[in-house]
Amino acid sequence: MWLYVIKRLLQGIVTVWFIATATFFAMHNVPGDPLLNDRAVTEAIRANLEAKYGLDQPIGTQYLIYLRNLSQGDFGISFTQENREVNDIIREHFPVSAILGILAVVFAAAGGVLFGALTALYRNRLPDYIIMFLVILGISVPSFVVAALSQLTLVTLNSAVGTTVLPVAGWGTILHMLVPAMVLGLGTMAYLTRLMRSSMLEVISSDFVRTAKSKGVPPARIFAKHQLRNAILPVITVLGPAIAAITTGGFVVELVFAIPGLGRYFVQAVQQLDYTVIMGTTVFYGAFLVFMVIVVDVLYGFIDPRVRLE
Amino acid sequence: MNEASTTSITTDDSFTTSAGKQLGLYTLYALLGLAALIYMLSVAAGNTGSDTSGGAISVERNSITITLREEPPQLDAGRATDASSFVVLAHVMEGLIGYDDNDQLIPGVAERWEIREDGATFWLRDDAMWSDGQPVTAHDFEFGWKRVLDPATAAEYSFIMYSIKNAEAINQGELPKEMLAVTATTDKILDIEFERPTPYFDKLVAFNTFFPLREDFYESTNGRYGADADMMLYNGPYVVEEWVHGSTMLWTKNPYYWSDEKGFLDEIVTAYITQDVNAKLNLFKDGQIVDTHLVAPMLPTAMEQRWQIDRVMDGTVFFLEFNHREDRVTDNLNFRKALQLAQDPTELVYKVLKEAGYLPAESLFPVWIQGVEDVFRKEYPPQEHQMNLTLAREHLEMARRELGLEEFPPIIFLSGDTPVSLLAAEYYQELYRQNLGLEIRIDAQIFKQRLAKMTSGDFDIVLAGWGPDYFDALTFGDLFASWNLNNRGRYDSEEMDRQVRIAQSELDPRKRMDAFGEIQRIVYDDVIVIPMYERGWSFVVDPRLKGFKRRSVGPETDYNYAYIDVSGN
Amino acid sequence: MTDTTSADFAPLHEQREVHTISRPSLSYWQDAWIRLKLNRRALVSLFIVIALLLFTLVGPWIWRIDSAFQDLDQVSQPPGTNRGALVVEDYQPWFGDRFLAGEDLRLVESGTTQAVRLQWDALDGASGHRVYRNIFPVGPERAYGIPLAELLDPETDYFEDRLDLKPGRYYYSVVAIGPRGELLDNYQTIEVSVQRVTTVTEALERGLVDDASDLQVGDQIDLIWHPLGTDYLGRDMLARLMAGARVSLFIGIGAPFLFVLFGVAYGSMAGFIGGRTDQLMMRFADFVVALPFLLFMILFKIAFGIGPGESGVFPMLVALVVLMWPATARLVRGQILQIREQGYISASQLLGAKTNYLILRHMIPNTLGVVLVTVTFAIPSAIFTEAFLSFIGMGVAPPTPSWGSMSNEGIKTMLTTPHELIFPAMFISLTVLAFNLLGDGLRDALDARMRNTE
Repeated sequence: MWLYVIKRLLQGIVTVWFIATATFFAMHNVPGDPLLNDRAVTEAIRANLEAKYGLDQPIGTQYLIYLRNLSQGDFGISFTQENREVNDIIREHFPVSAILGILAVVFAAAGGVLFGALTALYRNRLPDYIIMFLVILGISVPSFVVAALSQLTLVTLNSAVGTTVLPVAGWGTILHMLVPAMVLGLGTMAYLTRLMRSSMLEVISSDFVRTAKSKGVPPARIFAKHQLRNAILPVITVLGPAIAAITTGGFVVELVFAIPGLGRYFVQAVQQLDYTVIMGTTVFYGAFLVFMVIVVDVLYGFIDPRVRLE
Repeated sequence: MNEASTTSITTDDSFTTSAGKQLGLYTLYALLGLAALIYMLSVAAGNTGSDTSGGAISVERNSITITLREEPPQLDAGRATDASSFVVLAHVMEGLIGYDDNDQLIPGVAERWEIREDGATFWLRDDAMWSDGQPVTAHDFEFGWKRVLDPATAAEYSFIMYSIKNAEAINQGELPKEMLAVTATTDKILDIEFERPTPYFDKLVAFNTFFPLREDFYESTNGRYGADADMMLYNGPYVVEEWVHGSTMLWTKNPYYWSDEKGFLDEIVTAYITQDVNAKLNLFKDGQIVDTHLVAPMLPTAMEQRWQIDRVMDGTVFFLEFNHREDRVTDNLNFRKALQLAQDPTELVYKVLKEAGYLPAESLFPVWIQGVEDVFRKEYPPQEHQMNLTLAREHLEMARRELGLEEFPPIIFLSGDTPVSLLAAEYYQELYRQNLGLEIRIDAQIFKQRLAKMTSGDFDIVLAGWGPDYFDALTFGDLFASWNLNNRGRYDSEEMDRQVRIAQSELDPRKRMDAFGEIQRIVYDDVIVIPMYERGWSFVVDPRLKGFKRRSVGPETDYNYAYIDVSGN
Repeated sequence: MTDTTSADFAPLHEQREVHTISRPSLSYWQDAWIRLKLNRRALVSLFIVIALLLFTLVGPWIWRIDSAFQDLDQVSQPPGTNRGALVVEDYQPWFGDRFLAGEDLRLVESGTTQAVRLQWDALDGASGHRVYRNIFPVGPERAYGIPLAELLDPETDYFEDRLDLKPGRYYYSVVAIGPRGELLDNYQTIEVSVQRVTTVTEALERGLVDDASDLQVGDQIDLIWHPLGTDYLGRDMLARLMAGARVSLFIGIGAPFLFVLFGVAYGSMAGFIGGRTDQLMMRFADFVVALPFLLFMILFKIAFGIGPGESGVFPMLVALVVLMWPATARLVRGQILQIREQGYISASQLLGAKTNYLILRHMIPNTLGVVLVTVTFAIPSAIFTEAFLSFIGMGVAPPTPSWGSMSNEGIKTMLTTPHELIFPAMFISLTVLAFNLLGDGLRDALDARMRNTE
């Protein structure tokens, strides 16, 4: 068991190295010059700037320095935020994205399981149709449209009520998080609802449910112990990738709702060709993703005894 | 589908009902858990942003809430280059001279000053203090300016100081920074020697790069000066009390500030960092921020809300800049003439961009630039432009013959990736295709890639803009001097250089303005650029806030003179 | 011991109709097709997909308006607007009319979409004037509307408005301003109704008439018809949507097709060779899977450096292929590993089948169903990715339209001209939905093991 975890972690580290290398070379192939600005500067200043960021070194040396710093967990200094370390930027902005992401995943998972179970239970009846219609919308409408529309709805709601029921943008309190998290989780929720529904239906027609029924087990118990519990397993498997996708996919929501998360920061850094921030963020997210997948795999082993970890 | 499989399951209603009840119970648990989780997360989020539910204006706290365009990279005035930093710095720092609420020069830290042919002297006021209670002295300016010019500082705006003696040589690393001809004769007298006569020096020193910096404090920050709220010393009407990076800033009144004509508010909260105009409009509508600018699609909403809309010129002029390097088609004057004659900026502004704040540009010099007595554009009217397709095609034909071409190659049109520049690029592409039969290839690039291509000359036409740094025609006038590094199209003519030299150092205002008049004419006749539009904003302000100002030069939004007045509407 | 006669060794007579098959034998694909036909939702989706392809490929042959053509007379026009316009003289610059009688704010000539010309006499105590335009009458709250101009000189007592005039009613106000530019209390207001006009020159340019003599000033003429309205540059929405469909569907279908192809090749190779190579190849696939997808899409987009005149479709395609193949590779490898253990493979091998034959005859056909389902499900995600990238400004370069970039443009004018958002967003949604439902149907039809229990 522990051997398995250690093996996975080692593999994870190699994977992170691969991501770091891919990012480094992709970044250094980018045309353009991060040191240019609106007002042109003299040669002497330019040389100083290059030296400050180590851009005067040959690329091989730069790569080695980069790897050495990376192994010490140091992502370097931002190009645009001259006095700030990328580590600080990640430390300040990632929690925002993470909180938003966690909430979105919880919304998605809770909603997905609940709605999935409901639709399976009330199959081909009104609740099923309503929820499946919403699911179809959730799957097929692009997230930026949903985000913009929901922000518009909030404004209308607030002006109709005459006071701020829910803030339309920004960050800081619970109220700021609710709508963005729901928008962010919507796609995943729709996906999980479908998954839960089909997995429930599969379980409903399975032998052990039939046996339980004929044994006279109370319906509530059958539903809770036999159906729900078994149907939920496939949903858990996809949660790992879903968490990562949601946390890294928060760009749109962060942009529309003016949330100071890492995704929004990344988009800005790309516009500014901020090498260190782009590389730092990508490697950090990559590592996060790798780690999440390992965690979910290991947890799955605990939840479902049928899965054997070697 | 698969109806066959369902018949085997007995979905009797009693089962559904009790299972539904169970599900309801679980939902209840889930909701409780969710509430607990949200509570925990909001506690965690408390550390990532501050509570911004205060609304646009709080009368009892005497505070307002505003937005910033983006996170300031740092607040070191000597190295600041972006609009957001300029806004913050204008509130927390003060230079020798400032601007009043009507864009007139007023004394800042300097009580009075004198500008001579060979230099300048500033007498500093006694009651100007740093936010730690120590007086602002002439040494702080001397130290600050020398540091800006030190190549090791790598300040991008150092060129603005080049009229000071030895400044350029120091900045090039040819002389030590001690050689800069800036001397604090006493604590309160600052003497400057010029490299060349600089009659507009008073307007220059209002700029951020000339702000003071105290040596002992700077040394104590270990190279992190300006990185955080406590890594700075302030001498403006406000101080940065709190700076949560990427999220919020809190400015509070500076108790040591000398003047009672500025800084009437107790608190200014920059609660939102966003460039998204839609988000800003929603925040304004929702009563969360005191002001926002409006883009064309928002104007109907604004009219419906019965807002009082205001307007201001942003100061920036946008133009199509040609590449004048020899190997380019655009080096040919007739070709440029053809392009000039085949377009009409009024169509661009009125029908394509549709922004009420924009003005169709007629000259390199915007409407608000001052001349000798009146505005420059009245004293020196720009060359009259009329679209003339017949003439344009003639010029194009001449260009084709001069260049010995069968057919013109595709023209590379470099543009930024902002919505407005893309819109303009698409418009010109179709315009020149229809009117001149030219194939325009749009090259839309992100900011830094566009700059790289501009610098290396990898374009035929570039969509560019120029914003003023100081309140003088020269901030635009020297743009196409052959030595100006910002002349990215490498325009090079002796006549232009001669006029720019006059404009730089001529002491007689009339002769100096004549030179600008000539520069304006050369820009048109030689088609160095095709002016497109002068940017301006339509904007709205909370009616309870008075004294708010949007500026063409200096900080784009200025709350220094702002106060809350609830007596009115 | 029984006697055997030579008759025992005589061949049996030829057997005919040994057993009759109760129903015609069906190939895998025939069977799948029958199943698919039974699934109504999938069938409808299939028709939608076909319709979309026709729209994209055949549409431009029927609706022959150039998608780049800018009809600046009809900018951001919703569908079904009245197109009637009066023909007037060409525009001539105007600098006020000193001799025009009257005192208050007055209209110089009737308002047209070409220009609204106003004249007034300097207001009392004004150091200058501001001209406003509103779509509502000015009420007691003094909301004058959009400030059009600031005339700092009291002598300038005329103004010509040409800013984005639409047929309809406007309320113009002239407000006096003080020496420092502050608004004073006195103002005058006037109601102006604006009529849509065009000129002979414009009608010729737009191809409304063939010859200048066909049209006289004062005639009534219909402007170009745009069935779905126009966008922010007056381009025909229908033509733009068709052109956008080409990009969106090209990326949406092309990318999955390519990466699945690559994934199949890679996966089947790994699965078939097995051993260390397989391990190594799959390790590499794991690496690629671990790359944060959206971040790398953005990174690739800037790393490829789209040059002048390029649409950026190709780099996006490459980026999608580079990042998305491993999932298919894994899937196919799994399938191949399974199939390799099947009896008929060993049988085939015993009969002397070559590796190539095995792969082509058995392995690939048997994984084709799974692969087809993968492609169908990958299409919506590719379309979404394109739309998302275009939304954050990292998508295809203008002027190339795509549904994503059109939505991005439309979202800015969501309140005033919603049709610019609704149409492209609807097409995205419809396509994504159709491919999703078709994917469901195909999965049910093609693969019994993956069958949905709905």
